[in-house]
Amino acid sequence: MATPAFSSISTARAALQQGTCSSVDLVSDLLAAIESKNSALNAYVSVDREAALAQARAADKTRARGEGGTLCGIPIGVKDVLNVTGQPCQCASDILKGYRSPYDATAVARLRNQGAILLGRLNMDEFAMGSSNENSAFGAVRNPWDTDHVPGGSSGGSAAAVAAGIALAALGTDTGGSIRQPASFCGCVGLKPTYGRISRFGLTAFASSLDQIGPITRTVADAAALLTAMSGHDPMDSTSLDQPVPDYEAGLTGDLTGLKLGLPREYFLDGIDSEVDAAVRSAVAHCEKLGAEVVDISLPHTKYAIATYYIIATAEASANLARFDGVRYGAREAGQDPLDMYGRTRAAHFGPEVKRRIILGTYVLSSGYYDAYYLRAQKVRTLIRNDFEQAFTQCDALLTPVSPTPAYRLGERTADPIQMYLGDIFTVTANLAGICGLSVPCGFTQAGLPVGLQLLGPAFGEETILKVGHAYEQSTDWHQRRPGVWAGGADV
Amino acid sequence: MTQTDAIDVKYVAHLARMQLSDEEIATFQSQLEHVLVHVRELSELDVEGVEPTAHAVPVHNVFREDAVRPSLDHDRVMANAPQARQGLFMVPQIIE
Repeated sequence: MATPAFSSISTARAALQQGTCSSVDLVSDLLAAIESKNSALNAYVSVDREAALAQARAADKTRARGEGGTLCGIPIGVKDVLNVTGQPCQCASDILKGYRSPYDATAVARLRNQGAILLGRLNMDEFAMGSSNENSAFGAVRNPWDTDHVPGGSSGGSAAAVAAGIALAALGTDTGGSIRQPASFCGCVGLKPTYGRISRFGLTAFASSLDQIGPITRTVADAAALLTAMSGHDPMDSTSLDQPVPDYEAGLTGDLTGLKLGLPREYFLDGIDSEVDAAVRSAVAHCEKLGAEVVDISLPHTKYAIATYYIIATAEASANLARFDGVRYGAREAGQDPLDMYGRTRAAHFGPEVKRRIILGTYVLSSGYYDAYYLRAQKVRTLIRNDFEQAFTQCDALLTPVSPTPAYRLGERTADPIQMYLGDIFTVTANLAGICGLSVPCGFTQAGLPVGLQLLGPAFGEETILKVGHAYEQSTDWHQRRPGVWAGGADV
Repeated sequence: MTQTDAIDVKYVAHLARMQLSDEEIATFQSQLEHVLVHVRELSELDVEGVEPTAHAVPVHNVFREDAVRPSLDHDRVMANAPQARQGLFMVPQIIE
């Protein structure tokens, strides 16, 4: 077989269980597909070929003994920001060139415990800062639907690989939309769990109060499977919450009867692309046909979300990225004394967007400006949280666009940071409020670019948004469409 | 939040320990001035009496036993050091 026979975790898992294919077959086929397709997309930055095949052989033996976890022998791609023992973890930054992880992130270890194979590392915006995957030391990622277009970011490599069929599923991270927006631009499913649902231990921190790890997959059921495997309290992350972990796949009943879905009017205002607007409104009507009741909702502080986000996220980033100083890991430039060494190392090896955000973050925290910017943003964050708390007393979940536009052309927004930032308006709110969000494919533009529908749920409301997303997905065929470069199997 | 609060990129870059080139300083200066114009929208809002949100999780003061536990393998950690000697990170001389 030159191309992989499967395109989702659930179908590959069924074939492994029936014995119609082995994990070694699965991994070998994917490795061949990566070999032939990756150069056009630049999605993977490294592939752990020998280790992946060794893990596949071990998984096949485990399975032959009648043992193995829920992901036994299933290959998964990992965004280059999560630590996997022995693999490089460069965060797509020049400053971490040559770094190899001495330990597993908890989310990764939990997938490993269920038997998953950690196939390779996926491209991203440097330190997860960006919305187009153009800020990478490894070069830009291309959108499988049209390689002149961006895949979205920052988890652009993860979304592009899944969309092209060179990964069954991948992990991403979402600080302001970095899972949901690339999933939407590439026609995949992307889930940002509730803050505290999945441990952040071993995730290279960007903005600690906003970051969450989550899956990018081809189906909602696959996202549910990975969420079940990764969730739960971890003593190594004191913000991970000790809440019960349901079997999220078992909750995908397809029944939306009695559910109330809110339509926040502030998410359908001027400036939204007409094809995106039409696709999302049609998806809303579809959910009504499936039995849900749709109600009008207001989230009045939405217009302040971008400003709030870019103050809080950059402030936290400026503190988190202080650790990259050339002392303990990564690149180092020689200096007369340590301060000179830090200054030279950081200037020489951070990319422009990372520098821009460190400066903005340092400024809003600096003496004389802290109250006016950072403290005020934290107060507005409370107002944004309150908006959602109020909304979820009136409905079970919200339906919105993921992004105001479909994927844009490479280079189109790189000169103007503001234009790039404004594209995050519909996604940053979930991170500020700490709630969960899901992106599912809901149509295509005339030019053939995917459009995503966003479902927002209250804290620990993953079961609800996954249920709605699954019911919508299974009664439409958007998720079954494939780009021309598709390398995966025929099934979904 | 008035126009007199203009950002001084050169000074802030010094605080952030980044020795930027004059060209970078000029580019960031103009880009960040624009970003700050947008960010100042927040001053329209009345936030009197609103509690700040530091993070969205309702947990505070998570304690654990102060006990000795195994940690990362020393050699593996030091393998990432740009410069090391006898299991220690080397840095340029600080004191004459």
